[in-house]
Amino acid sequence: MRFVDEYRRSDLAQAVIGRIRRGSTRKARLMEFCGGHTVAILRHGIRQLLPPTVEMLSGPGCPVCVTDNSDLDKAIALARLPRVILTTFGDMLKVRGSRSSLQEVRAEGADVRTVYSTLDALQVARDNPGRPVVFLGVGFETTAPTVAASVLQASREGINNYHVLSFHKLCPPAIRAILDSGEVDLQGLVCPGHVSAVIGSQPWEFVASEYGIPCVVSGFEPLDILQCIDMLVSQIEKGESRVEIAYRRGVHAEGNQRALELMYEVFEVCPAQWRGLGTVPGSGLRLRKEFAAFDAELAFDFDPGPTLHPKGCICGDILRAVKRPSDCQLFGRVCTPASPVGPCMVSSEGSCAACYQYGDGAAGE
Amino acid sequence: MCLAVPALIKSVEGLEAEVDMGGITRRVSLWLTPEAKVGDYVLLHTGYAINVIDQHEAEETLRLLEEMMAAADAEEEE
Ligand code: SF4
Repeated sequence: MRFVDEYRRSDLAQAVIGRIRRGSTRKARLMEFCGGHTVAILRHGIRQLLPPTVEMLSGPGCPVCVTDNSDLDKAIALARLPRVILTTFGDMLKVRGSRSSLQEVRAEGADVRTVYSTLDALQVARDNPGRPVVFLGVGFETTAPTVAASVLQASREGINNYHVLSFHKLCPPAIRAILDSGEVDLQGLVCPGHVSAVIGSQPWEFVASEYGIPCVVSGFEPLDILQCIDMLVSQIEKGESRVEIAYRRGVHAEGNQRALELMYEVFEVCPAQWRGLGTVPGSGLRLRKEFAAFDAELAFDFDPGPTLHPKGCICGDILRAVKRPSDCQLFGRVCTPASPVGPCMVSSEGSCAACYQYGDGAAGE
Repeated sequence: MCLAVPALIKSVEGLEAEVDMGGITRRVSLWLTPEAKVGDYVLLHTGYAINVIDQHEAEETLRLLEEMMAAADAEEEE
């Protein structure tokens, strides 16, 4: 496919790897924020190709993984209400909240449907005018505008049985929380490509200017990631910290203004609960007052019950990059993709699932 | 979850488009990219085009990488 195959060319990849190997003399611990990058890095064996100076850490950028149990419990309680149809992306079905998962309540009779797009969720609402249809909105800035578009469309068409349970999250405040915790020693940040396609590269400036950490926005093909690492290493070697884009075909500095306008027409910023990070101020999106009728949290009366966390699972530490999946006692023994304990093993972009499938790229593998 | 893949726009009707993704045809929304036109490649995420791919920048990136490779080869020959 065009814009895919040419970014997998091995001759070019070799050249960039050679450049990184020759150029890197200083310690370079780089965090890839995005779970999509983690998967690509492990799948293509990129960690093994890097010189010992360059170390890759997986960040919290998996929306499924960072959704807190308290929020999952809300979705599960909502799905259990009589007549409600709960729609969501497939990845959310198997994730367990405190006591159960959407898949389990579906087996008990709840009407839970997976959709590919909010366009499909809207269609379910059109097809079932007598029943409330809730879209469980999980995702970052990439996804939130598509959910906003569905709310605006519902509002235009007068579809009044469509509701959104918004657990959308914003990425830059999560990075600030991680940097402020002082738990992770970082020399560079691989910024998420498709989040940045919407927000642009500008919102990462504070990481470079306030924390002195180089930032490069990356695409998801091997050459994109290698080019990004090369750009980060060059900045580190020169002692610079700037925001650059290694994914210029997909990302402009100013982002997609139209998508941002739609997103902020429907949503406003609020605090959000992140697994591993706790409450992060200014990192969530809730529906604005004007769209209160579409807000599932307001439209229904439901009791999520007390929040519990699975014993032994260290997803929270993994999402903060202070531990690796191999540090977890349950990894690969009790916890596998077939019977996952925590969300990082459920989600296809979770660090545990990716390490289980591709190995973690540690020396000796 | 932020997966987005390139798709070629075949036809446009208002804020809807028909795209080709490696031989598969799909109807997608242009709500977030109303400027997209036939012949453009877009980044497709959950049924919505979230950006138009900049073909000029795509070529520039490859040209840069090829220069990098040529420079490395030249160094080796020295
Ligand atoms: S291996 Fe399983 S239990 Fe351990 S941190 Fe990962 S998801 Fe949680």
